[in-house]
Amino acid sequence: MENLKALAYKLRKDTVNIIMAGGGGHIGGDMSVMEVLTDLYFRQMQAAPDRTEDPNRDLFIMSKGHAMESLYAVLCEKGFLDLEDVTARFSKFGSPYIGHPNNKLPGIEMNSGSLGHGLPVAVGMALAAKMDKRPTRVYVVTGDGELAEGSNWEGFMSGAMYKLDNLCCIIDRNRLQISGSTEDVMALDDLVGKLKAFNWHVISIDGNDMDAVDAAFEEAKTVKGMPTVIVANTVKGKGSPIMENKAGWHHHLPNAEECEAIMKDLEAKRKELANE
Amino acid sequence: MNKIANRKVICDVLMEHAKEDKDIVVLCSDSRGSASLAPFFEAFPEQSVEVGIAEQDLVGIAAGLAKSGKKSFAASPASFLTTRSYEQCKVDCAYSDTNVKLIGISGGVSYGALGMSHHSAQDIAAMSAIPNMRVYLPSDRHQTRKLTEALLQDEKCAYIRIGRNPVEDIYEEENCPFELNKATVLAEGTDVAIIACGELVKAAADAAEILKAKGISATVLDMYCIKPLDTDGIIKAAENAKAVITVEEHSPFGGLGSMVAQVVGANCPKKVINLALPDAPVITGTSKEVFDYYGLNGEGIAAKAEEALR
Repeated sequence: MENLKALAYKLRKDTVNIIMAGGGGHIGGDMSVMEVLTDLYFRQMQAAPDRTEDPNRDLFIMSKGHAMESLYAVLCEKGFLDLEDVTARFSKFGSPYIGHPNNKLPGIEMNSGSLGHGLPVAVGMALAAKMDKRPTRVYVVTGDGELAEGSNWEGFMSGAMYKLDNLCCIIDRNRLQISGSTEDVMALDDLVGKLKAFNWHVISIDGNDMDAVDAAFEEAKTVKGMPTVIVANTVKGKGSPIMENKAGWHHHLPNAEECEAIMKDLEAKRKELANE
Repeated sequence: MNKIANRKVICDVLMEHAKEDKDIVVLCSDSRGSASLAPFFEAFPEQSVEVGIAEQDLVGIAAGLAKSGKKSFAASPASFLTTRSYEQCKVDCAYSDTNVKLIGISGGVSYGALGMSHHSAQDIAAMSAIPNMRVYLPSDRHQTRKLTEALLQDEKCAYIRIGRNPVEDIYEEENCPFELNKATVLAEGTDVAIIACGELVKAAADAAEILKAKGISATVLDMYCIKPLDTDGIIKAAENAKAVITVEEHSPFGGLGSMVAQVVGANCPKKVINLALPDAPVITGTSKEVFDYYGLNGEGIAAKAEEALR
């Protein structure tokens, strides 16, 4: 587990490099979701570059598609994509590496970008797996600000209606969206209570604690007859005090000085976790 | 007069194939009755998905199923399917390239007196503007059968708009020429070309008969394939005529008329007259009453053709 904790910080550094090279990105949400993505891809999901056509593979949808840079870092580390190529061409003219998921690339199942799309699609995938009696588990990551889109709640209803215990939704609850606090923009709390009322199994955790994230995914696998939603309470911009918990860092592009400080903070944390 | 609605034909075809093909999945948004798909839900409960009154969820789930190997047929009133869930049609179906067939039922002004909320007079323009989305408006039950069977054979998304009530036959069961993405030529003439789609193809054919009695010969094209549009068919028909008339159950903007005018203007410029619904809430009435009121019938189309030739 220690290696994964350190890996999440290595991947944060890769993410920052991709953003800097492309001249833009959604750094705050990239940083907050990293433990969730790392545990999913390196401990939980049956997914690998040589299994992209395997009907029994697990499926992942990034509904908060703007956090694509973090997913690029993970997909590169997992061998789906080449980090050097992604970093060199991200957001450049004619590049397939755009700012949201592009399912022409290996490892990406569905396009997203417009918010509130991922959960209904994941419901369809989980339903198909049930129909075909496949072992596939379906994971979908949504943002918290994204939950103001009503289509999510249509998805929560249908996921519960069809008792999709092979479906797991992770809400990156960093409590900030582009205009400020989620509770000031469009209040979500009591979020756990709302989700329970929609008949989902709800697990609320520190979403930047890798042990807690892993335990939540393990618990989700044991739940029968209902889907699981993990409320991953995270810190937007996690990894450097410069950007932590600041709404302005939703898509702020660090200047050279900020970038240097961020990379220093991320590397220090990585080293500490790796016991180097 | 035929008593079988196009929506029932789609259900029949899907039921015939679903016995052998377990990947066919039908989805409804509390619309199985409106879509005439209740028999499918009864016969194939394992291949049926009800999502409730939630069109965005309908299309998203259909896309997720399709991405996992299913052949999704999502049926909902055309008005809601194409505008309430427009973004899901764009992102989850077309952009993500999933095998979802979107069945827009009770299209155009089928819902008559229920008002503009229930009319779909924007769907051709809206759906055609989405890259990778195909758009079809079959004219009668025989063509609807041929089209549904053809679309079962491919793995791309498409939007199919049909009306609510039975419409008069244009073709016969044993005589329904059909080639996917090619317009069907109903009549060939040298004075005027009438290009129509959906339920108004019958009115176009009626107009040709009226004109024939007056010594005016008309080409009639059943342009059920709006996208990809049969441009060769349009050019051929227009080149042989002095004027072109388009007829559609749609807004005057962005529909068949706009598309035909683009093709004719670029390839063989001549007068193109677009007969369509007005850019306004339509008058209350049945489809026939509404069509008659706006001149979208044999007499109205023939009169416009004569006017164009003067």
